[in-house]
Amino acid sequence: MDKVVIKPTTTEDVDLLIEEYGYDDHFHEHHHGDKYQSNFVTTYIFSQDHKVIARQFLITGMIWAIIGGFMSIVFRLQLGFPEESMAWLKPLLGKWIILDEAGIGTLSSEFYYALVTMHGTIIVFFVLTAGLSGTFSNLLIPLQIGARDMASPFLNMLSYWFFFMAGVIMFASLFLSTGPFAGGWTAYPPLSALPQASSGSGAGMTLWVVSLVLFVVSVLLGGINYITTVLNLRTKGMTMWRMPLTIWAFFITAIIGLLSFPVLASGFFLLMFDRGLGTSFYLSEIFIGGQALDFVGGSPILYQHLFWFLGHPEVYIIVLPAMGIVSEVLSVHSRKPIFGYKAMVYSILAIAFLSFIVWAHHMFMSGVNPFISNFFVIFTLIIAVPSAVKVFNWIATLYGGNIRFNSASLFAIGFVSMFISGGLTGIFLGNSAIDIQLHDTYFVVAHFHIVMGVAAFFGMFAGVYNWYPKMFGRFMNETLGKIHFWGTLVGAYAIFWPMHYLGMAGVPRRYYSFDVFETFSHFAEMNKFISIAAIVVFALQLLFVINFFYSIWKGKKMTTRNPYGASTLEWTTPIHAGHGNWPGKIPTVQRWAYDYGKDGKEFISQIQPLGPDETETH
Amino acid sequence: MTSLLVILCLILIAIVAVQIGKVTELASKIRGEEEVQEINNKRQANLSMVFMILFLVACIWSFFHYRNYMLGYGPHNAASAHGSTLDYMFNITLIITAIVFFITQVLLFYFAYKYRAEKGRKSLFMPHDNKLEVVWTVIPAVVMTFLVVGGLDAWNEVMADIPEDAKPVLSPTSEDEFLEVEAMGYQFAWNLRYPGEDGLLGSRDYRLISGNNTVGQDWTDEKNIDDFQASELVLPVNQTIRIRILARDVLHNFYLPHFRVKMDAVPGMPTYFVFKPVLTTEQYRQQLKGVPEYEVPDPNQPDKKLWETFNYELACAELCGKGHFSMRRVVRIVTQEEYEAWLAEQQSYYMSTIRGTEDDPRKDELLGIEIKQRKEEFDSKVTTALASDNLADKVLRFDYVTFETGSASLTKLSHYELDNLVEVLNKYPSMTLEVAGHTDNTGEPEANQLLSENRARAVYNYLTQNGIDAERLNAVGYGQTRPVDTNDTDAGREKNRRTEFKILTQ
Repeated sequence: MDKVVIKPTTTEDVDLLIEEYGYDDHFHEHHHGDKYQSNFVTTYIFSQDHKVIARQFLITGMIWAIIGGFMSIVFRLQLGFPEESMAWLKPLLGKWIILDEAGIGTLSSEFYYALVTMHGTIIVFFVLTAGLSGTFSNLLIPLQIGARDMASPFLNMLSYWFFFMAGVIMFASLFLSTGPFAGGWTAYPPLSALPQASSGSGAGMTLWVVSLVLFVVSVLLGGINYITTVLNLRTKGMTMWRMPLTIWAFFITAIIGLLSFPVLASGFFLLMFDRGLGTSFYLSEIFIGGQALDFVGGSPILYQHLFWFLGHPEVYIIVLPAMGIVSEVLSVHSRKPIFGYKAMVYSILAIAFLSFIVWAHHMFMSGVNPFISNFFVIFTLIIAVPSAVKVFNWIATLYGGNIRFNSASLFAIGFVSMFISGGLTGIFLGNSAIDIQLHDTYFVVAHFHIVMGVAAFFGMFAGVYNWYPKMFGRFMNETLGKIHFWGTLVGAYAIFWPMHYLGMAGVPRRYYSFDVFETFSHFAEMNKFISIAAIVVFALQLLFVINFFYSIWKGKKMTTRNPYGASTLEWTTPIHAGHGNWPGKIPTVQRWAYDYGKDGKEFISQIQPLGPDETETH
Repeated sequence: MTSLLVILCLILIAIVAVQIGKVTELASKIRGEEEVQEINNKRQANLSMVFMILFLVACIWSFFHYRNYMLGYGPHNAASAHGSTLDYMFNITLIITAIVFFITQVLLFYFAYKYRAEKGRKSLFMPHDNKLEVVWTVIPAVVMTFLVVGGLDAWNEVMADIPEDAKPVLSPTSEDEFLEVEAMGYQFAWNLRYPGEDGLLGSRDYRLISGNNTVGQDWTDEKNIDDFQASELVLPVNQTIRIRILARDVLHNFYLPHFRVKMDAVPGMPTYFVFKPVLTTEQYRQQLKGVPEYEVPDPNQPDKKLWETFNYELACAELCGKGHFSMRRVVRIVTQEEYEAWLAEQQSYYMSTIRGTEDDPRKDELLGIEIKQRKEEFDSKVTTALASDNLADKVLRFDYVTFETGSASLTKLSHYELDNLVEVLNKYPSMTLEVAGHTDNTGEPEANQLLSENRARAVYNYLTQNGIDAERLNAVGYGQTRPVDTNDTDAGREKNRRTEFKILTQ
């Protein structure tokens, strides 16, 4: 039978194409009266629809981002304005603000460290892991590979609710009388193992570690689902080499998470044993609180190995999804195929592989044998190569494009700028010789905040602005989005760029006050500047939040299915896609995901069969 | 009230934000979406150029502004020998990354500007270009190889431990010698221990830590006897220093920013860092003189400039609890002479604080050095007596022979001096002695007489038991009859209670 080649320019065309070429899985026959979404609770709370779960992850992540961001504002006030009274925060922080006789309030140093610790934990795990990967893997994997839902919607729901429980427990720890955990987000023992060492290492640490174990469960349930779904539920024609880069990124991210998070969990279990059962995995020869403890033979370094075996892959768990999103957004809005698709995939694979053999570059100065560091230096600096390839490919994607500027594409461009700035400073830190001086200084703070903090946030914003219509059927406001972008771009650089100079001057991170040391006390003006920038940037994020929630109900309505002229499958679903995503047949895939500007056509959807004389591009 | 105002402000801002949003949406309705999008593209493209220029200018300006805090040049250069290698590596990396930074940021924002969407423009279909991709894979790979080789070369040299044939001494003077100092971090300070005359740090055990033994030194170890503690890290310039780094409770990090020295202190696992300071504190101050940042008054000593009060500092660089930011020690790098002078002022911790107390496991014995010292003292006393013609000079007092109160049994520490006498008697086979006991005038004279005889007899017995022929000895007790000083004062009575020996023939 001769098939008619149709250019999908209208909604009807897409439906025709799906009807013509799509795969009939008899979905409609058991779709009537969706027993999984019969009432409010199963639709919006204990939902098994990946699109709802994605939104749950996103909104929960946003709430945590506000909490974590606010914490950073409080400790930036301490660092930028150490002389100012913080008494006005007493209604919120209670006994952690210490009032002197004149009524001048100071932040207690114990709580300062609790804030720093919680800020790190929350942003790294709850916002940039769950909020980023959880949101977009859930939203995009089924939609972009042409699946009705995840392989196991039930495990997917559990994944969110484990995350939710982890959040509840972490939140509860903020209200303990001994305070939340205050030993740094890395929770190195013995500080984290001994309640005598820090008041936050008592009940605060117990809740912290329980919360994160639940979080690991959440990541594993989510990850195993993403992997299975990508491997098994791709629609007909969707070969691995036809997958959009977002899917590649989520897929590889899930694999990394599945291999590394259990190691973190085992590290945590040993830590719990040391805390509660008297074992000596991490503890040895400790005299504290006027008492010599019985622990002998353990090594705190063992914990660091276990922690960073997750900890380093974790930064790629955070940044790979952002890279995938950015690749997709840049390509769609440049109206050009992503440059070097295969190179992009191979570099994701290379980064993922290398991420497992570089962990000890966090430990050059921890007392490990210096000889071992040689290998970690080599592998670490090799990562620069695939990372550089990615950057050059993004820039080449812009070259010769027809770039549509909107909040999504701006944040994608901002991501590349941040990734360059933060990635280059990694070359300093990965080189152990230079790391001797820079380790645990503000140079490190600047590096990782730019490359995995700000950059990952930018990737997330690009994703939210870009797929907001797919989530809510409306657009976010563009003007507010652009104010949000430019303000955040300038502000984020204003916060973190000066920190490089602090680091070069040798100022250590995690200092409550810089006045004790003459060497570190030269930068009062700079610290003030950074704090003001941080407050401004935080306020701009509130603008984003307002825009987000306002647009859910009042945003500009989506009138066409495919507002960006994108070739990927998610834009072939109805504007308000129900449970199951496509009402009738599942579309089948005929070509790769990046036919933009090919043969003079604006774009060619993945469901469009190859023309008679057309060869497929890769 | 204030919080109410703040909340009101926030609500107002939210309303304003929403209104701004509405206005632009209205505009797009009036003018048509495509037109609005094109105007917007142009505006955003221009903005990206403005941002790029401002950003890059800010980068260069800030670099220039903080040049005096940079590594490797300017006044903040490394004060250690290896430090300048690291600073050099830093600056090589800085140059390479700065080039890449400027090229990529410029291309990124320039392409964004140049290829903004315009009516009628078609995008280029350019899915890949193998040649280009090979080029930008190979170039970073080559540059990285260069940096890795340079970095590892420096790293392995810096982190190497002291060569095995090098000798630990307290005051090194040559390349083959080094000074080992121990730094132990605890919540929230550093304990600094020097090895003392022998150049060796004594052994320790964390279970021995107590109020007057902060490190847990094992006092049965001879090497601990001369170790001393210091409140400042004072080091001689241009000599090799090995810091032995310990932690007592949680992780700490021994961090000397000016020397590019940093190493974790790990409970249960001593670490080390070897370095050589090359600039004294005074030289560094001179270097800072004239630097604007240091030509301001010191807030703590307003009559002095910052460079005049400058000191190297030791800090903690591993989160260790609520006092982490306050673990400061001053580090002073001094000339060899100043160092020797400083050493002369230091007192062995054991000798000044532990010796003879309940915590001293050797309170009933003499230390090797004391034995040696007393022997020399004793021998010279004997030599003087032998050389003298004056009979009075032939009477020698036992300075360290003592008895349990009111009894004639020798205390544990008495035998050292008697052993010295045994040795003298063996050396001079013809020497004969009279051993005499004396008391002060407290108590009954008869009892005193008896006690003095018994005490002389105790000495006599000790000597004969140690192989001295009884023929050569003679023990007498004089009771209180022969005072050498007044019996009216404590000091006088102290002098009168004594045991002596008189050389009869030599």
